[in-house]
Amino acid sequence: MPEAAAAPMLALTGVNTHIAQYHILHGVDFEVPRASLTMLLGRNGAGKTTCLRTIMGLWRASAGAIRVDGRDITQAATPEVAQLGVAYVPENMGIFAGLTVRENLLLAARSGEPEAKRLAWIFGLFPAMKTFWNALAGNLSGGQKQMLAIARAIVEPRKLLLVDEPSKGLAPAIIANLVEAFKELKRTDTTMLMVEQNFNFARTLGDTVAVMDSGRIVHTGRMDELAGDAALQTKLLGLSLDSHQ
Amino acid sequence: MSSAAASAAKDPASALPATRLDWIPLALVPVIALAALPMVGSLPTWVTLTVAGLAMGMMIFMMASGLTLVFGLMDVLNFAHGIFIAVGAYGAATVLTRMSAQMEAQSLASDLSAMVPAVLAAIALAGLLGWFFERVLIRPVYGDHLKQILITMGGLIVFEQLIHVVWGPDIIPLPRPGTITGSFIVGEAAIERYRMLAVIVGLAVFAAMWLLLNRTRIGLLVRAGVENPEMVESLGYRIKRLFIGVFVAGSGLAGLGGAMWAMYQEQVNAQMGMQVLVVIFIVVIIGGLGSVVGCFVGALLVGLLANYTGYLAPKLALGSNILLMVLVLLWRPRGLYPIGKA
Repeated sequence: MPEAAAAPMLALTGVNTHIAQYHILHGVDFEVPRASLTMLLGRNGAGKTTCLRTIMGLWRASAGAIRVDGRDITQAATPEVAQLGVAYVPENMGIFAGLTVRENLLLAARSGEPEAKRLAWIFGLFPAMKTFWNALAGNLSGGQKQMLAIARAIVEPRKLLLVDEPSKGLAPAIIANLVEAFKELKRTDTTMLMVEQNFNFARTLGDTVAVMDSGRIVHTGRMDELAGDAALQTKLLGLSLDSHQ
Repeated sequence: MSSAAASAAKDPASALPATRLDWIPLALVPVIALAALPMVGSLPTWVTLTVAGLAMGMMIFMMASGLTLVFGLMDVLNFAHGIFIAVGAYGAATVLTRMSAQMEAQSLASDLSAMVPAVLAAIALAGLLGWFFERVLIRPVYGDHLKQILITMGGLIVFEQLIHVVWGPDIIPLPRPGTITGSFIVGEAAIERYRMLAVIVGLAVFAAMWLLLNRTRIGLLVRAGVENPEMVESLGYRIKRLFIGVFVAGSGLAGLGGAMWAMYQEQVNAQMGMQVLVVIFIVVIIGGLGSVVGCFVGALLVGLLANYTGYLAPKLALGSNILLMVLVLLWRPRGLYPIGKA
């Protein structure tokens, strides 16, 4: 494999983040391989969301290095990170409630208008986006809002998708739809880093995994290996997969 | 919009839950006007009061619209907004005074040749001052409301004194150009020409702002930024540039409103911005922070109510705005057209 292709899409080295007087990330090291989905797991308060926000430049790393596609973005402002091709779906979805579905997507298409082919593909992934094209995003259901947040992130091809707890608070049927959508995204070789609390969701989609605890990475490896090791799950996450069934 | 976007928008299925304007607050304007008619008793008087109220509302809207955007988008409590109004008024007065010869010709063309540069000077001067305020005073205190109040109040006081230094401490009389002075009669109602002009300019400003906010990408960014600036940045847009643009535009609008207000009052003084600031804040709160449509409706309600109560119960006129605000907030605690803040 050529060296450039083998290099990870995202690499964090010794990343520290302070929020006000609090030291949240303590030397975080992990990599996200290209064309794969890496799950970032951990208990509540482990620092997963802080990690995503630090990559996105929403909080500034106080030490360490963050590289996207080989480029150092440690001190880059959020718009610069986004312009590099990094899309972010925050935990609260971050949709613009007062804008329509169409306007939300239009805004996310930075290079101009959304391409017809791309839009058709998104409508295939999330038919509700077509149905509610002219509806205010604030009037959508929780699941539809999540679909819009993801659709907005992929309205243009991106190098890297950062997704924070996409299944949070959603009904099982909606989660199943999201799983299918992410599987389709994986087929397009999109690189993703996803924070998730739902272990079943994580196991179904994840290729690789990084587990955080108290602001540090305490485990990295293949997702299927973690899914098959109940003792390791208990040690790292406090609960085994069986208890999530 | 791309062909796909356009075709999706035309798709019958896509049209099901189309966005609808909330008409109830907007309907309050004609409802209040019609409700006042039997109380006023005389149709000509009612027409005169209604036009006066609408004109006052339009001028308040011009002065307040920038503040509501700054409030909504930048989360800045700008108590110095009044200085942009005053500086705009002084800018217009300076130009009009120097071009008084044109205004003596009693022709619309020569009046316009004085008024247009005066209004442009008001917008430019207030916009420039807005740029200075954003860069020097407000940027260091983003996110800290207490410091914003203190520093903008301080800025207001300092610049009021600077107005005295530049233009002198006395009130400057500002005669209106001849063609917009006086009244014309419709039926039996006397309608002041200047008030009609204020209504037309106000409507034009509202239409321009509505089109800009709802039909352009910049408008889309501003509306999105009012809701969730962090997410706008996460989509790759530099929100700080947008902040500066909105602040300067908002200050320029205040300058335009100040120029119109000064010609309405036929005088200019350094405190004129401060004098209308309370009414402006009431309008911004009634309308819903960050909402231009809300600001427009709120300003019309305030203008109409002030004129009707001023005629029917003069002793209540001063309190009518406060009463209106209380009633609106009891009905809709986040204002007539609340913006969904993230």
